[in-house]
Amino acid sequence: MSAVAGPFGIAGPDDGPALLLRNLSKSYTAGKPVLRGITLAIEGRGITAIIGPSGTGKSTLIRCINRLVTPTSGEIIFRGQSLDSLSGSALRKARRRIGMVHQEYNLVERLTVMENLLCGRLGYVPVWRAWLRRFPDQDIDRAFELLDAVGLADYAHRRADQLSGGQRQRVGIARALMQGPELLLADEPTSSLDPKTSVEIVELMARLAGDRGIPVVINIHNVELARRFASRIIGMAQGEIVFDGPPDALQDQHLARIYGGESWLE
Amino acid sequence: MTAPAIRREWHRFTPAERLARFAVYLFTVAAVVWAARYVEIIPEFLADAPAQTVDLFTRMWPFDWAHYWTGVHGALIETFHIATLGTLLAIALAVPVALMAARNITRSKVLNLFATFLLVASRSVNSLIWALLFVAIFGPGALAGVMAIGFRSIGFVGKLLAEAIEEAQPGPIEALTATGAPFGSVLNKGYWPQVEPSFWSIVLFRWDINIRESAVLGLVGAGGIGVALDAALANLYWDQVGLILAVIFAVVVVTEIVTSGIRSRII
Repeated sequence: MSAVAGPFGIAGPDDGPALLLRNLSKSYTAGKPVLRGITLAIEGRGITAIIGPSGTGKSTLIRCINRLVTPTSGEIIFRGQSLDSLSGSALRKARRRIGMVHQEYNLVERLTVMENLLCGRLGYVPVWRAWLRRFPDQDIDRAFELLDAVGLADYAHRRADQLSGGQRQRVGIARALMQGPELLLADEPTSSLDPKTSVEIVELMARLAGDRGIPVVINIHNVELARRFASRIIGMAQGEIVFDGPPDALQDQHLARIYGGESWLE
Repeated sequence: MTAPAIRREWHRFTPAERLARFAVYLFTVAAVVWAARYVEIIPEFLADAPAQTVDLFTRMWPFDWAHYWTGVHGALIETFHIATLGTLLAIALAVPVALMAARNITRSKVLNLFATFLLVASRSVNSLIWALLFVAIFGPGALAGVMAIGFRSIGFVGKLLAEAIEEAQPGPIEALTATGAPFGSVLNKGYWPQVEPSFWSIVLFRWDINIRESAVLGLVGAGGIGVALDAALANLYWDQVGLILAVIFAVVVVTEIVTSGIRSRII
């Protein structure tokens, strides 16, 4: 299967990993590292789920990738380009190739659904055009297509604050895909949602990213969801990777190692 | 059968607190007595005051209605112009200062402090004092009034706007930053929608205040209805003074109704 071609579906080179993290560390306060030397290669397709207890650095790890958090040391190599020392417009250009879906949706509440989607194009559209709301026609066509794809075709003119949690996260996914990303990051995208909606959201993200040949890295609390949709699971504990393998290989002993204790597994 | 009565005492305050409270009362009374002696109230004038008040009102009424079109209307319109242009000037000057003062936008303590200094400086000088300064610079007239209103309002608009910016949710900002949006677009699509209701509310509130403030600027020669009031007072035309005071009162009530109506619709 080949990736979708065209202005938005950008096929990455199939050789070599899409993303390579090498010896990545982060300390918010000196001497208390949150990430301890993470080395990780993410392939060009499929869903990689990161599981682990709260406060173990999953969120920090995913934020290091698009440099919302600056790592203390280590390398981030995204499709052959080093991201760890970028700044200014070079960093912005790299960021627009990486989509992100957030825990609390992070939509601009007082803007319409359509405007929220178009926000995904802000990295490409000059400031004055965005200011005058003169987005290119192809961006608007793309937004309507994505609204169809996430099942919100009739919601283009609704304000984001009128939507339910599940609908908001659909907008969040569509906004990330508006970027035409080569990598999709998701930071606990379902933790504010009910179980049924959580499954629907992960399923939608898996389907849309799969269709476009975009690899996904997702932080998730729900181990069952991770098993069901991910092709690879990474278990983290205390800032280190303690499990890395396919869902089938994830046993209770690993979960005990990741989350600590065993009584909760029975 | 009741329990043996060991009397337990309860006091709201400890003896030290009671003493302190008494000291405060004593100090307050002493201060009032001392101040009253210092003010040197003249008993004859005090006794005369009710009669003088009645006399003033009888001289004001009936108003000199004919004076409205000859001497008041033009000055009233000028007052509106001073207040409105002054508010617009204040917005233009306050927005950059507010951006500089907001700690989530300008991440430099020095610049934050500098902006805060500008805002405090603007607010610490009364409109009438600003007007005196600008009358000295530009000469008497509406321009001095506009500048005075504008400079006095920077502090008010800038401070409240900076607070509104700082209260913006960081989540959407982070999301837009993650898309690779340049700072201008983050400001425009991330901050502005969140700040917009506060912005209009602040501007309308300040415009409302400025209508009232620009009504007195004429007393120092900075244009508007205050000039007409000053002239009427100087000539002891009390029926004109009464008319002008009534017009100012009516205008203040109307702007209050209009601005609160618009505000409730925005929010």
